Amino acid sequence: MDFTRRTLIGSGLAAAGAITLPGLSGPARAVPRRGGSIRVAMQSSSTADTLDPAKGAMATDYVRHFCLYSGLTRMEGDLRPRPFLAQSIESADRITWHVDLRRGVRFADGRELTSADVVHSLQRHLDPKLGSKVASIAKQFADVRTDGRHGVIIRLTGANADLPAILSQSHFLIVPAGEDKPTGNGSGPFRLADFRPGVRTVVTRNTEYWRNGEPYLDRIEIIAIPDEIGRVNALLAGDVQLIIAVQPLSTRRIERSAQHGILTTPSPLYTDLVMRQTELPTGNRDFVAAVKHLIDRPLIKRALFRGYATIGNDQPIPPFHPYFNPAVPQTVLDIDRAKWHVARSGLKGVRLPIYCSPAAAGSVDMASVLQEYGAQAGLEFAVNRMPADGYWSTHWMKHPMSFGNTNPRPTADLVFSQFFRSDAEWNESGWKNPRFDMLLTEARAEADEARRKELYGEMQRLVHDQCGVAIPVFINMLDGHDRRLKGMTAIPLGGLMGYRFAEYAWWDA
Amino acid sequence: MVGRVSGGAAPRSAISGVLPLIAKRIGSALVTLLLVSAVVFTISGLLPGDAAQETLGQSATPEQVAALRHEMGLDRPALTRYVDWLGGMAQGDPGRSLVANMPVREVISARLPNSLMLAGFTALVSVPLALAIGIASAINRGGRLDRTLNVLTLSAVAVPEFLVATLGVLVFSVKLLWLPSIALVSEDASLWDTLRSCALPVLSLSVVVIAQMARMTRAAVADQLDRPYVEMARLKGVPFRRVVLFHVMPNAVGPIVNAVALSLSYLLGGAIIVETIFNFPGLASLMVNAVTSRDMPLLQACAMIFCAIYLTLVLVADVVAILANPRLRAQ
Repeated sequence: MDFTRRTLIGSGLAAAGAITLPGLSGPARAVPRRGGSIRVAMQSSSTADTLDPAKGAMATDYVRHFCLYSGLTRMEGDLRPRPFLAQSIESADRITWHVDLRRGVRFADGRELTSADVVHSLQRHLDPKLGSKVASIAKQFADVRTDGRHGVIIRLTGANADLPAILSQSHFLIVPAGEDKPTGNGSGPFRLADFRPGVRTVVTRNTEYWRNGEPYLDRIEIIAIPDEIGRVNALLAGDVQLIIAVQPLSTRRIERSAQHGILTTPSPLYTDLVMRQTELPTGNRDFVAAVKHLIDRPLIKRALFRGYATIGNDQPIPPFHPYFNPAVPQTVLDIDRAKWHVARSGLKGVRLPIYCSPAAAGSVDMASVLQEYGAQAGLEFAVNRMPADGYWSTHWMKHPMSFGNTNPRPTADLVFSQFFRSDAEWNESGWKNPRFDMLLTEARAEADEARRKELYGEMQRLVHDQCGVAIPVFINMLDGHDRRLKGMTAIPLGGLMGYRFAEYAWWDA
Repeated sequence: MVGRVSGGAAPRSAISGVLPLIAKRIGSALVTLLLVSAVVFTISGLLPGDAAQETLGQSATPEQVAALRHEMGLDRPALTRYVDWLGGMAQGDPGRSLVANMPVREVISARLPNSLMLAGFTALVSVPLALAIGIASAINRGGRLDRTLNVLTLSAVAVPEFLVATLGVLVFSVKLLWLPSIALVSEDASLWDTLRSCALPVLSLSVVVIAQMARMTRAAVADQLDRPYVEMARLKGVPFRRVVLFHVMPNAVGPIVNAVALSLSYLLGGAIIVETIFNFPGLASLMVNAVTSRDMPLLQACAMIFCAIYLTLVLVADVVAILANPRLRAQ
């Protein structure tokens, strides 16, 4: 992968205008203005709130960390990483990576960023005592060492062309060397003014930020309102200017207000129906094919998500992803074909419970819809609605049919390795496909983008045709905002611009 | 003692008569606290997972869990941990929060004043109103006013807090834009801002609390009004207002202060729904937090505070009832 500064500038410009949102399009092109103070309402906040990027567990943590710290790379709306604190990050064999750091970047306490800080920030994930959230990903760092004051050499245990993308996650943000318990002393766009776990975080503009002219807002207060209706009310009442995770049902209330808008982020987030291949009758290939043809995807998109979703095709790469393979035929609702598969499987009249829960967004309604169509094709499904508490440990993947829910992962490799590789802990359907596993390893090391896309394309086809997982739709992330808050576009890794809105947003008043 | 029940000496002897009771109750309160702490410790130990697992989440490796457990001291036997905690408590040190990584004392001292303030404001609004409604209702028993108040209080008892809170926000914050929809309580907020922030939470809490207290007051006063001594007093020509305030109230005050005490302890620990809806940084949500993150020292400290407040309020209620009622005083 050619990861130099020049390509960065070119593709950065291309991305800048790529995704602009309805309602933001006109004024968003205006020149960003400095100033303004906003309050943001997130979903959750607790005593576990942390200033340590390695321990970030909730969206609230990610937003806080992206305010305070900078990373080696950062991901844009096109899902391609670009060098950030690194001027360049290059590798000839995708095993040994050379990072050249930007000069003159300073932490909040005035110290200059050097290679020692990067080594510390990456290596600390390997210490089991730290309790890093990405310890299993960091295991591939065989060796991280300094190469002069501004150079870092990262040697991996195996070739991985996705390292720049992996390093763009909030967990790998750079903290100063010697700080075992980071206190907010970073080189990010904002500085910490007040931090009270479970109550609020206040950050103010870093006047010495290394990117000229950025950020724009003077002050951001981050709070949490767990109740969705409460969050929407706070936005409409003008008490907060930005909220995360709006339910599709609430969008009308927000759009009715002339002062407020919705930021829609098409994302790779999905709720999927898991059919265990190790059990019967779900291990029967015709059964799986029948179920996939019994899913009314447009109905789910329209009725469950009010149109705020992208039709899925039983594989985890969404159409807006650079590696999406459009040649895989779309599975559609086809009751006659389902009947034929049911007859061939000899399972006509079989009774089977589907385990669903509010823990997996939309799964209860999806199960009910499937129950209706199942009856038409001779399959009798029972909808077992389980409480959200303990669903993941007691029901998910524990029955022949259950629902799962997967948050966006920064790379195609991560979602395939964590959820589809034969020996993955969360190989939801328990399918085993040696060809898929081989392609996965090959694609990870592949430097040529075209070839890589081809490999991922074939993997999508394999999952679509043979895996016991049905992915009806990809669910959009919805954020509500005051219309005076501008400069925000969609980054499909999460709500609020992949949790990085603070770097882009500006106040127009 | 009996011989000294005369006007001037009554308060003193009453107080000295109550003192042994207070001492006894404090003693039993300490035993109760000890038992409660043991029960909370045991039951929370039965919850699946511990603080180390909850902190690390789904993606944790076994080595990580083991290392963090050691760091948090969770690899020691439960009894050792309990005794250690008890030893700390005896010296007034509630320990360190496992999850927030700071002393429990600090975590709680940031929240307790908020909860006390919310409970205080609510009590200030609801106690006088509830007493007025209850008494007015009782003395007009069967009348139109009584029936109207009955319907109102009964429906208020039946309406869940979250509905009152949500409707309040819709009307006063979203439509009228008078009050903030979330409680932004912080040290740098002015008194006026704090009052405005607390208005809707206080309103939501008051509705239920007033209704409950008013019902209890009405029942207690009405019960006394049926007694022969009331009839006697009225036959002797005592004005009705005097009968109610000086004859009925001292007798009715026992159940009323008990109802008030229960409502107040509820305001501190049970305000979880209101705290959630208004994002109010109080103790109840902190305790729920402690349970979900399995943060034992914090959970224990919250439980101790709620238990102690409850016991204190009940004790105060009993003492007030005794002091207010001449017959109880004499016993």
